[in-house]
Amino acid sequence: MATEGLHENETLASLKSEAESLKGKLEEERAKLHDVELHQVAERVEALGQFVMKTRRTLKGHGNKVLCMDWCKDKRRIVSSSQDGKVIVWDSFTTNKEHAVTMPCTWVMACAYAPSGCAIACGGLDNKCSVYPLTFEKNENMAAKKKSVAMHTNYLSACSFTNSDMQILTASGDGTCALWDVESGQLLQSFHGHGADVLCLDLAPSETGNTFVSGGCDKKAMVWDMRTGQCVQSFETHDSDINSVRYYPSGDAFASGSDDATCRLYDLRADREVAIYSKESIIFGASSVDFSLSGRLLFAGYNDYTINVWDVLKGSRVSILFGHENRVSTLRVSPDGTAFCSGSWDHTLRIWA
Amino acid sequence: MPCLSKMERMIVSMQDPDMGIKMRNQRLLITVIPHAMTGNDIVEWLIQKYGISEEESLHLGNLIVKHGYIYPLKDPRSLVLRADESPYRFQTPYFWTSTKWPATELDYAIYLAKKNIRKQGDLIEHEKDNYNLLHKRINHTWDFVVMQAREQLRAAKQRRKGDRIVIDCQEQAYWLVNRPPPGAPNVLEQGPERRNCHTTRVQLNMDYYKREIEYCRKAMARTRVKSSICLEGYIKFNEQYVPHDPIMSGCLPSNPWITDDTTYWAMNAPTVTTPTKLRVERWGFNFSELINDPLGRAQLLEFLKKEFSAENLSFWEACEELRYGEQSRIAEIVDSIYQQFLAPGATRWVNIDSKTMERTLEGIKTPHRYVMDDAQMHIYMLMKKDSYPRFLKSDLYKNLLAEAVIPPETKKRVFPFMRKQRHSSPSPALLLPAGDAEEKSRSPSTAPVPEEES
Repeated sequence: MATEGLHENETLASLKSEAESLKGKLEEERAKLHDVELHQVAERVEALGQFVMKTRRTLKGHGNKVLCMDWCKDKRRIVSSSQDGKVIVWDSFTTNKEHAVTMPCTWVMACAYAPSGCAIACGGLDNKCSVYPLTFEKNENMAAKKKSVAMHTNYLSACSFTNSDMQILTASGDGTCALWDVESGQLLQSFHGHGADVLCLDLAPSETGNTFVSGGCDKKAMVWDMRTGQCVQSFETHDSDINSVRYYPSGDAFASGSDDATCRLYDLRADREVAIYSKESIIFGASSVDFSLSGRLLFAGYNDYTINVWDVLKGSRVSILFGHENRVSTLRVSPDGTAFCSGSWDHTLRIWA
Repeated sequence: MPCLSKMERMIVSMQDPDMGIKMRNQRLLITVIPHAMTGNDIVEWLIQKYGISEEESLHLGNLIVKHGYIYPLKDPRSLVLRADESPYRFQTPYFWTSTKWPATELDYAIYLAKKNIRKQGDLIEHEKDNYNLLHKRINHTWDFVVMQAREQLRAAKQRRKGDRIVIDCQEQAYWLVNRPPPGAPNVLEQGPERRNCHTTRVQLNMDYYKREIEYCRKAMARTRVKSSICLEGYIKFNEQYVPHDPIMSGCLPSNPWITDDTTYWAMNAPTVTTPTKLRVERWGFNFSELINDPLGRAQLLEFLKKEFSAENLSFWEACEELRYGEQSRIAEIVDSIYQQFLAPGATRWVNIDSKTMERTLEGIKTPHRYVMDDAQMHIYMLMKKDSYPRFLKSDLYKNLLAEAVIPPETKKRVFPFMRKQRHSSPSPALLLPAGDAEEKSRSPSTAPVPEEES
């Protein structure tokens, strides 16, 4: 009925404005305990000296844009995926390709290495996340052993194994994240709360291993309880899509990279943003971020083909790395912190040390 | 694209009468073009304005040109910034990428038609192909296209030669950005479409806002820690870990990626006979460093055996297996844990407080993945608060520290251009025959990863 419809619209609008005003009050609460800035506290920390990092390996072999990569626990192997559907496993130390599989879809935006080193997961425009056991058998047909695990209603943007090969966490363009049992494909938990596409996620390194953070097109970064599916903390200070989130090594904070050309640091105990990493000359979005082992450096890959290195504590930019000839789409530091790998739309991956 | 509006702001400040680039007349063959600048001017201005290096300035300037906001007068088909006396001009806002985006087929057709008429059919290959394609595709409006083209050409003839050249350059630059020739990068390519909040797939309905309100209320009530305390934590963490950060402090004997020498990996493999000093020191930072290192965990086990509390570690490991294990094996694992660790008279009975024990025993009647969480946490805290401090003070640990090695730094090679051979290493996937690989992938990621060849 016409009058009922009107009533519903009024309630929706009033709910929306109530939510907005509560958010404002929450920001006030958060601000009350903010008694000092990070760069002030960091004044007594020694400044970083001359910083030299070079490309030590260039991995050529993808025929199209590289979209995602992940390290194996053995500190030298990596898996990478690209726009043309190819997923390649490399020993990046020797630059040899060890496995290759072609997915039935294009834009494979997510890939992950299993903790055991025996399998990889990947997905993209097929809306799924599939697991491929890695085998060296003769007449190997990796595609035959493929296991379809996750099913979303839109593109897969990110995936990660938890502490074992048996569980996968996924993020999707359908606005949700989900936890899956690999063996059965069963959905163990789903995470609703983002108001738009979820683009990235990262598992917390905490002792109790119960939470993860996700970032999305709604400009929000959300921290989730894996057991209950509830959002436990939420941060909304970016001006645009959040492309990448990564925990600080202690687990007490996480960094984000966004299309608004800034990276930011959020402290979980203070429950607020504590640093912004930006420069007037940097106007392109940050697509991918990761910390060095000690968390002192933040490496960020940008859509302007460069990688900027930030001093996390002092907030200044330490260095800018040139080399890629198109967008840097993915960046991860190796498990033992000896190097980091960047993947780009220029079809290559580079190892920097 | 937020970068475009930022770029436009940059462009506007570049044209500021006081603080912007000094423009002058530039000579192009025999014609004089007003309001132009050199490539050098652009690079210098960026260096001054943003305090960046020449390399970064040239890189940024190149991106501005690639996006069509500045175009070259000499060699106009190549959207490249040269840091020399080459003349450049600002694109008119009418042709800004953000203004007229996406470019329409109709406009492109008119542009090609104009070129076709002017050059009497002698178009560049890819433009000829596009022209023919469009002719087929929008054949029904082709008369309109040709009419528009003729009209624009006629109007152009009435302008001064200088203006005509400028407008031609502007238009050409626009089309180089929006219809790049084959082989040239397409700076406007975006990747799969993302919906933002305005056209979202998620329903921003009453339930969504109710959840937001609920979340905000809970969040208001949570305890927060003062910033000064939290941030102090980063300083401490930084102090402790920087010496262990290979990128910050280097690593001994050398970083494998830099020297091609994998000794560092061999010496820090998951299980070695003699660990390095840095590694053993790290076990002293906090309990998770010790328990998450396979070697550290093995030493912890040895210590716990001495204290007759080894079952705590085994219990914790079994609980991890449950937490991260296969869904189908949950009941089986829960039962196994119960039999080994919780049942009265169990061989490896763990000492949990009665309340937790009661809750757990009740919970395992309907076994699920998290049923052992409370018990696991209790035992973890016991090890962390009780056993771990004693471990650090023990002779076992002191001996480990004393016997730990500090690798000597690899001497720099005399002939650096003779690259050391890069040895391959066995893939983790190779370790076991196919059947066992499944079993291996079942256990949580504490399984050792293969040692490197040195």
